[in-house]
Amino acid sequence: MISFENVNKWYGPELQVLNDVTAEVNKGEVVVLCGPSGSGKTTLIRTINRLEPINSGKITVNGQETHAKSANVNRLRREIGFVFQQFNLFPHMSVMDNITLAPRKLKGMSRPEAEEKALKLLARVGLEEKAGAYPSQLSGGQSQRVAIARSLAMDPPIILFDEPTSALDPEMVGEVLAVIKGLAHTGITMMCVTHEMGFARDVADRVWFLDKGVLLEDAKPGEFFSNPKHPRAQRFLADLRH
Amino acid sequence: MGYEFDFSAVLTDQYIGWLLSGIRITLMLSAGAWLLSFAVGTALAVLRATNFKPAVWLVATFVEIHQNIPLLVQVLFWYFAMPEILPEAWRDWLNQNNSEFILAMIAIAMCHAAYISEALRSGLRAVPVTQYEAGRSFGFSYLQTMSYIVVPQALRLSIPPLVNHSLLLFKNTSIAMAIGVHELTYQTRQIDSDTFRTFEIFLVATILYILMSFVIMAAGNLAERRFGMGAR
Amino acid sequence: MWEIIQNNWTLLLVGQYPNGPLGGLVATLLLAMAGLALAFPVAITIAVARISPYRPIRLVAAGIVHVVRGMPFLMVLFWSYFALPVLIGRPLSGFWTLVGALVLYESAYLAEVIRAGIQALPKGQEEAARSLGFGYFRTLFLVILPQALYNSLPALIGQFVSLIKETSLGYVISVNEFTYAAGQLNSQLLVQPVEVFSILAITYFIVCFTLTQSARWLEQRIARSRQGGPGGRAAQTLPNPLATEPMP
Repeated sequence: MISFENVNKWYGPELQVLNDVTAEVNKGEVVVLCGPSGSGKTTLIRTINRLEPINSGKITVNGQETHAKSANVNRLRREIGFVFQQFNLFPHMSVMDNITLAPRKLKGMSRPEAEEKALKLLARVGLEEKAGAYPSQLSGGQSQRVAIARSLAMDPPIILFDEPTSALDPEMVGEVLAVIKGLAHTGITMMCVTHEMGFARDVADRVWFLDKGVLLEDAKPGEFFSNPKHPRAQRFLADLRH
Repeated sequence: MGYEFDFSAVLTDQYIGWLLSGIRITLMLSAGAWLLSFAVGTALAVLRATNFKPAVWLVATFVEIHQNIPLLVQVLFWYFAMPEILPEAWRDWLNQNNSEFILAMIAIAMCHAAYISEALRSGLRAVPVTQYEAGRSFGFSYLQTMSYIVVPQALRLSIPPLVNHSLLLFKNTSIAMAIGVHELTYQTRQIDSDTFRTFEIFLVATILYILMSFVIMAAGNLAERRFGMGAR
Repeated sequence: MWEIIQNNWTLLLVGQYPNGPLGGLVATLLLAMAGLALAFPVAITIAVARISPYRPIRLVAAGIVHVVRGMPFLMVLFWSYFALPVLIGRPLSGFWTLVGALVLYESAYLAEVIRAGIQALPKGQEEAARSLGFGYFRTLFLVILPQALYNSLPALIGQFVSLIKETSLGYVISVNEFTYAAGQLNSQLLVQPVEVFSILAITYFIVCFTLTQSARWLEQRIARSRQGGPGGRAAQTLPNPLATEPMP
């Protein structure tokens, strides 16, 4: 579904943020990306829908090479939901309008149809009563749940999460993770950058460990947590336990 | 102070007529200059947003020139110097068509267009780049992202400075008296030199200005509440 | 144009001085400086009153600010022209009439600049000073105002530029300043308005633009020093991810 072939990326001549990343995500899989900060996790996930350019290599989504000059990036992005660390809800629109904007304008869905769908999605994230609210009236956890609903409104076969709980107060992390868990293994392909190792253990099909731009581990969670192969992954896990 | 106020001397039918015609000219001048300045200011902001180097440079020059020269000097320049530069046919047309009013309107509008384009630009810059990213991540094109997500927010963020500059524009129409436009300040002075009832007539004129300013401020508050970022 | 400057530069620079009153560009700058210096303490008082814990004080200060904001500068100038001599009981020179108008008008605008500077400070500053045991006024003058004024320095320079531009309206009541000098020159020469008013405009531009640019420079410096300062973590700037699709 998503494949990386020898992907390299530099910021300037010195700093290499992605170093020859080669990996594959299968359809319907849940992959959790972890690693110390500055390891390139966020950069990697942002290259998939071309929010970040790459310097060399190939990224293929659903058989389409995304960084090819000929690729229609807008059409591609419709197929890839993206959930940001800082939610990025549109502050000038109500929750309902945030969710229905893309289906209406990009898929030509009628307003009643889009709103009906939005209400179902809001119910799914447990926020039906917030349809008329504005983003500034929501808590962090609620904002992120709306952002997830907003991404789902386009029915993307793939959804990417970039540290979806890092900007939240601790007591709100659970509600958001619960929503993400509910999405896993429903056929949608998911990649999630997160520091929530419990989540990775429970939900992930595979865990990727990145350090200094290098993909050091690609393992099943049981294997990764009990028996990490690379010394840096061992140290990372040891640091987490403290 | 021992000064005896006598409003009856200045509030006769004749002088009320002068005042009303002053208000009419002030309002016409304000409305004309306001429309022109918003049109030009928006065009300048769009031009600058293209990031096309010569256009950016041109707009920046226009803005700096109009922000760093006193409006009165700009008005005097348009009145005394511009007709000398303009083609003769234009000059004749101006002379036949109330040149003071038109030139004052253009001068005031051009000056405030600079401020309005800057207000719009800072509104655009105040929209976080992540909003743009979020728009693009759905698959919206550049133009779609701008028109659904970035520009509506930028306009809302620009409301307070735009209201502020509208108020300043209105107040600055009084400067047109310096080239003989018969607006409210001009008429006030006329009545003053006719009656010598200085305090009375200036009090009346001041209150009129303040009332009209308050209407603009109230309209601004309404716009901010209705359309502003915090609008519900 | 050079000829006009060569023959009349003293008139444009200092007016009739020393054989008559000081005028020209020097008078313009002195007017603006005197206006700013005198408006400053008034503005601080109004700003502090605007955020006073006592509602009546707040209301009075807000009333003053709104009324002045509702008046054209020319109206304030005419009030200064007619009413100030009556109030102080003796005639006033054109210079001080204009200064009086500048103080009345600019105090209200300056006060809003200072208030914005105060309100932009983190609440923790006041709380820290109060919990050390400082009273309201000492907190204000020792902790809050020094920071607020420093931070609003660029805006204050901007306000000084406004003052310089406003002095030009002295022309309307024949105060000896730069625009008035150019007006005199224009009526002497009669046939060279383009040259005379170009000289006037360009000179104002050079003075004001230099000040505006230094305000911008200072603003960047202050922003930088704030980022480096304690508690202020430098804002993370991502390498522009949209390099190929520039944000306007």
